[in-house]
Amino acid sequence: MSGGETPASGQELSVRIRKGFAGEDRRSFVLNVDFTVAPGFTILFGASGAGKTTLLDCIAGLQTPMQGRIAIAQHVLFDSASGVDLPANRRALGYLLQSLGLFPHLSVRQNVQYGLHGLPAHERAARSQEALASLRIAALAERRPAELSGGERQRTALARTLVTRPRVLLLDEPLAALDAKRRSQIVDDLRSWNEKQRIPILYVTHQREEVFALGERVVALEAGNIVAQGPAHEVLHRPELETVAQLAGFENIFECAFIAAHSRQGTMTCRIAGCAVDLEVPLSRIEPSRPLRIGIRAGDILLASSPPQGLSARNVFPGVIERLHQRDVMVVAAVDCGATFEVHVTPAAREALQLQPGRTVWLVIKTYSCQVLQASG
Amino acid sequence: MILQAVTLTLRLALAASVLLLLLSVPLAYWLAFSARRWKFFVEALVSLPIVLPPTVLGFYLLVALGPRSPIGHWYQAITGHTLAFTFEGLVIGSVLYSLPFAVQPMETSFAAVDRRLLQASALLGASRWRTFWRILLPLGLPGVLTGFVLSFAHTLGEFGVVLMIGGNIPGATRTISILIFDQVEALDYAAANRTALLLLAFCFLLLAALYGLRRRIVWGLWEWR
Repeated sequence: MSGGETPASGQELSVRIRKGFAGEDRRSFVLNVDFTVAPGFTILFGASGAGKTTLLDCIAGLQTPMQGRIAIAQHVLFDSASGVDLPANRRALGYLLQSLGLFPHLSVRQNVQYGLHGLPAHERAARSQEALASLRIAALAERRPAELSGGERQRTALARTLVTRPRVLLLDEPLAALDAKRRSQIVDDLRSWNEKQRIPILYVTHQREEVFALGERVVALEAGNIVAQGPAHEVLHRPELETVAQLAGFENIFECAFIAAHSRQGTMTCRIAGCAVDLEVPLSRIEPSRPLRIGIRAGDILLASSPPQGLSARNVFPGVIERLHQRDVMVVAAVDCGATFEVHVTPAAREALQLQPGRTVWLVIKTYSCQVLQASG
Repeated sequence: MILQAVTLTLRLALAASVLLLLLSVPLAYWLAFSARRWKFFVEALVSLPIVLPPTVLGFYLLVALGPRSPIGHWYQAITGHTLAFTFEGLVIGSVLYSLPFAVQPMETSFAAVDRRLLQASALLGASRWRTFWRILLPLGLPGVLTGFVLSFAHTLGEFGVVLMIGGNIPGATRTISILIFDQVEALDYAAANRTALLLLAFCFLLLAALYGLRRRIVWGLWEWR
């Protein structure tokens, strides 16, 4: 219940479940996971359709797993073996839905007080006022959700969840719609809140910045299975798996065909599917028959305004700039070389090279900037 | 004579629509959220009065409410008179006859409420009961209001069922539509015209008020909280 229990700290959430779900293109997957969430932030990372929301819904009691067990410390929420299945309203979890679920007919204050109905009026008022103040939305208390900006809505939904003092917090891409500045403010507020509470927080995101800002631990989910988990820096340094590769920031991932190995040079040639671009990549242990992908960080690609000479880099291709746009303090360029590469440069480089759509440039990519990725499965 | 028929009709429509409100809200809730396989069966049953001639419904009601049926017999044993040819009998007939007009708008508006809002309510510790009163009902209010007004208006104009189970007793079962029939039978076209025009104008105004004010009424209710 949302009543006046003190927050239970130092308690671990353990989840072991199986559950069928429909993935991205309506194909059916089986979510099959076994992991624990310690007090503090754990990032749940995965592409859309990997099963993240299904997993959170199962933990919160909105969906019922086929089998398994979910518990907070010794307190069992779900156990198929003993037939325990607490309804969502008795799990005392905080779950911030991706759609937020603010009640449109209630004011910000009424929304925040909604989960406190078991408390006496004066305590309800005091606690909601405290939550409104700590998320800096006290001035908006009498407004309706329709009268709020995106960031204000996120704060209201967060306040409404935190005010109930949940034992575990589930956050489903809560900040996806916000710009970087607002996001980091809310992340800071959330972090300082949990320094006092010390509850397990499972935080779904596909934003790398949030992984680095929050992540003490990372759980990577792919097609319903956990493909990697552990401290953020460890998981990020094993980018053989595609989901982790996206997490580690390979903006360019190409389907490739193996062409030839050059064992003396320590390289191999791979051709990007659907075009004639050949990449020289580090010689790796691969299964030639299985799909192969090459990941390249957008920041590892050099741009030259004329054909470069005398370089050690093995991969030099001409291409035409398709689009340019500025994201925070970097310029994102899409360059068509047969395949489209995403390249990140500084605004200064854009000036110096006079980059603009339609201009021909040369891409320079070191062999060791090409990471050979193996599709899992 | 008109006044007596008008009062009776209004009393009947009010009684039927209030009863229907109490009956239809839980029924519409069940239809909107139940996962039962045989739900379609109940949906078809509720919708029957839309397609069935009122005489068919009226005939079976007459049989069911008559002294030879268990219900009629039981009612007679308690009250000393039968349900057929009484005001109470008319109310029962009207409730059945107008059921789809009350249930369908309510069901539609309950089903249209974002499921994630209902889940958000449960996640904040609310029981289904509390979620219903605090979230579903306020957000589904346009449909509830429409169902209430439509069933009221539909009962005002009903004829076949009333004639079958109510007969034509002044002050007890002679409603406006029966009165018009009487007046036409008596070749008093001027009187029939007055009565018909009265019913037409009233029903039109009622529906115009409903559709014109529906949204504003609901937003207004939200404002008062």
